[in-house]
Amino acid sequence: MAPPSPGMHLAVALDGAGWHPAAWREPQARPGELLTARYWADLVQLAEHGLLDFVTIEDGFGMQSSRPARPDGRTDQVRGRLDAVLIAARVAPLTRHIGLIPTAVVTHTEPFHISKAIATLDYVSMGRAGLRVRVSASQHEAGLFGRRAFPPVRSSRSGDPVASKLIAGLFDEAADYVEVVRRLWDSWEDDAEIRDVATGRFIDRDKLHYIDFAGEHFSVRGPSITPRPPQGQPVVSALAHRDVAFRLVARSADVGYVTPCDAADARVIVAGIRGEQQAAGRAEQALHVFADLVVFLDTGAATAAGRKARLDELAGAEYTSDATVFTGTPAQLADLLQDWQRSGLAGFRLRPGVIGHDLPMITGSLVPELQRRGAFRKAYQASTLRGLLGLARPASRYATA
Amino acid sequence: MSKPVKQIHLAAHFPGVNNTTVWSDPRSGSHIDFSSFARLAQTAERAKFDFLFLAEGLRLREQNGRIYDLDVVGRPDTFTVLAALAAVTSRLGLAGTINSTFNEPYEVARQFASLDHLSGGRAAWNVVTSWDAFTGENFRRGGFLPQDARYERAQNFLQTTWELFDSWRGDEIIADKENGVFLADADAGRFAHRDAHFDIGGQFNVPRSPQGRPVIFQAGDSDEGREFAAASADAIFSRHAGLEDGKAFYSDVKARLARHGRTRDQLLILPAATFVLGGTDAEAQEIAREVRLQQVSGQTAIKFAEQLWNRDLSGYDPDGPLPDVDPEPGENTIARGRASVRMYRDPVATAAQWRAKAATQGLSLRELIVEVTGRQSFVGSPATIAEEIDTLVQADASDGFILVPHITPGGLDEFADTVVPLLQERGVFRVDYQGSTLREHLGLAPLRARSPVTQAAS
Repeated sequence: MAPPSPGMHLAVALDGAGWHPAAWREPQARPGELLTARYWADLVQLAEHGLLDFVTIEDGFGMQSSRPARPDGRTDQVRGRLDAVLIAARVAPLTRHIGLIPTAVVTHTEPFHISKAIATLDYVSMGRAGLRVRVSASQHEAGLFGRRAFPPVRSSRSGDPVASKLIAGLFDEAADYVEVVRRLWDSWEDDAEIRDVATGRFIDRDKLHYIDFAGEHFSVRGPSITPRPPQGQPVVSALAHRDVAFRLVARSADVGYVTPCDAADARVIVAGIRGEQQAAGRAEQALHVFADLVVFLDTGAATAAGRKARLDELAGAEYTSDATVFTGTPAQLADLLQDWQRSGLAGFRLRPGVIGHDLPMITGSLVPELQRRGAFRKAYQASTLRGLLGLARPASRYATA
Repeated sequence: MSKPVKQIHLAAHFPGVNNTTVWSDPRSGSHIDFSSFARLAQTAERAKFDFLFLAEGLRLREQNGRIYDLDVVGRPDTFTVLAALAAVTSRLGLAGTINSTFNEPYEVARQFASLDHLSGGRAAWNVVTSWDAFTGENFRRGGFLPQDARYERAQNFLQTTWELFDSWRGDEIIADKENGVFLADADAGRFAHRDAHFDIGGQFNVPRSPQGRPVIFQAGDSDEGREFAAASADAIFSRHAGLEDGKAFYSDVKARLARHGRTRDQLLILPAATFVLGGTDAEAQEIAREVRLQQVSGQTAIKFAEQLWNRDLSGYDPDGPLPDVDPEPGENTIARGRASVRMYRDPVATAAQWRAKAATQGLSLRELIVEVTGRQSFVGSPATIAEEIDTLVQADASDGFILVPHITPGGLDEFADTVVPLLQERGVFRVDYQGSTLREHLGLAPLRARSPVTQAAS
């Protein structure tokens, strides 16, 4: 079991106006500004003011939908979004400490492009970049690319063997993808650029490496066109709900987001990931497991529950989530986080029910509460995201000491 | 009636991964750190330039089977840098090269629409094509495209992205909290596109951006490239910066526009140009000579010659005569990932011309290479260069220039401080930005949003 951490890590997951489908109708919401740089800069700066480890930014190729994997034609919820990597890059020069983890769909994109994009995000943020990889089994999203056809998948949790096989294959592909991304980050050794005027050589080409990855879905020669990023290896993360995804986290990630329903469930999930990590031969490597929670925070528990109920009414349905939905006070949430943390969780990724309300509650009330308890940092003490997460900067796998 | 005075358009090219960029100069900074990009962009914006331009290459160049190490090597991701630059500038256009061969239209359209939103309408896309299996080794598709299909794919790619950009009119998001109506039209973003290269459909999930679509640049010089530009581009990034070649190119391309139902003011011709400034013309000439020698070392001269000869010339002395053997015929195998080798359409004839020139003028191999690869468009005092630029633009050799400094990132400072004020005094270059979008800077008419399909029926 993981030793008790001196403090917990805390992140927020940003998506539109918040995770509740009616969030955009709240008085504090700015639904007309969701496509502006100012909106995203304000959110990330607020999260940084709260000393959070990082923000994640949701993304996907298809239109947002209340149905799994296909559009719903609804007009009463937020629709339309911007590319998450570019949002992260846009806010990077306006922040100094907080980590920036955009989502990238790996199923339809090129590992070469994403590798250099995240390496570049690491440069523009001076060492604060990460990547959250997502697979997409959606027929609808595949149709936007026209490169591959998927069978219909009614629910990602169904016991349908066709779906299970498809999804297992997509997760294997995602693991290959992360392997390529990571090899490309290492493909320039740190000191490859020499600018040796005497010999006229800009680089020492013995310190650039072909990665020569060959897999079922792609082969990539390398090296990257972008030199090794400041963190060496930006932080790779993934959300995982079940075995195939736990295996991806265990094989490939630095941070895994999981969705336990209580502390005991969290303990089971963490043990499962540690087992997979062992099986993958990565037992010695740091891998943080974060629990995801959707949060509605108010100074009174009844107020929070009432607010959520009111939003449900506006949305026309009770809001449920893959993650546990919490309503209550910041102190109650702090109790829960501390309790769950003892199950071996390194931290939490909070999904604000209403960004305009719950993000300020996280930074302005939850964080001070945790600080009073000695459970959260009082100042940033590292300049990179790996540093904030206590992850060492690895040497390039290709470096010969 | 005399011809109206044209306003000049100016842009800054971030120094590239070729020998124009002098990395050995003590003033030369990082080509990767964001501070270098921010510095050049802020200088360009201070000087009221139209835009900053980033090039791209998707595989490191190789020569003689090894990664080429004499020039700057490596660059960051174009989209990511441009999005970050939007945070440290407020008016400057942000232009980048994105390849239409090793990308997919849906993803690229999302990225450019996002960049346009995040920059408040300042995005531009230089559409390039490639076909080579060498670059393809880094991508899912591999080297899948025959050379002669690359413009067809590029044209289809561009057409597809336009349909995606136009799939939103721009008035669909009403975000009416009171009545719970976020979107006025459930079908916003709906598209279906099918051609020989793409068969895609669904709903585009980025609402219409401030410019409607990015400004489109094209850089090809071939007949196909010119035709592609005349049909689809807002600006051409040409390499004809002189008076005679510039005028010939300008009139050729502008004449093609009518065929595509377009007017002459819908396509700007912007050649890339280098410059060397001095206090006097004589001083500038002296500096220019030194810069040329920095750009073409003995080793670099041999490598250049190898690119034409298509064979290993490492045994030759750069300070001696040209190789007396003829170039190796056929596909260029010695230099890979370098578009410029395709400029030599008849290597044997070119080599003969070079030998004749060297013999007549008594030039060594290195001196010859300095002569034939010279990329110094403007050399002189600020007054001389301002005069020259104005003359070229008024003579319809171009509509302005994309300036390529040879020092990163401070190489534009002197131009901004000395030449730009002279152009402003002449009344041919803006004293301040008049608009907020790049289309406005370039004097391009705003795009009309696609008219609502439903209106026709109502």
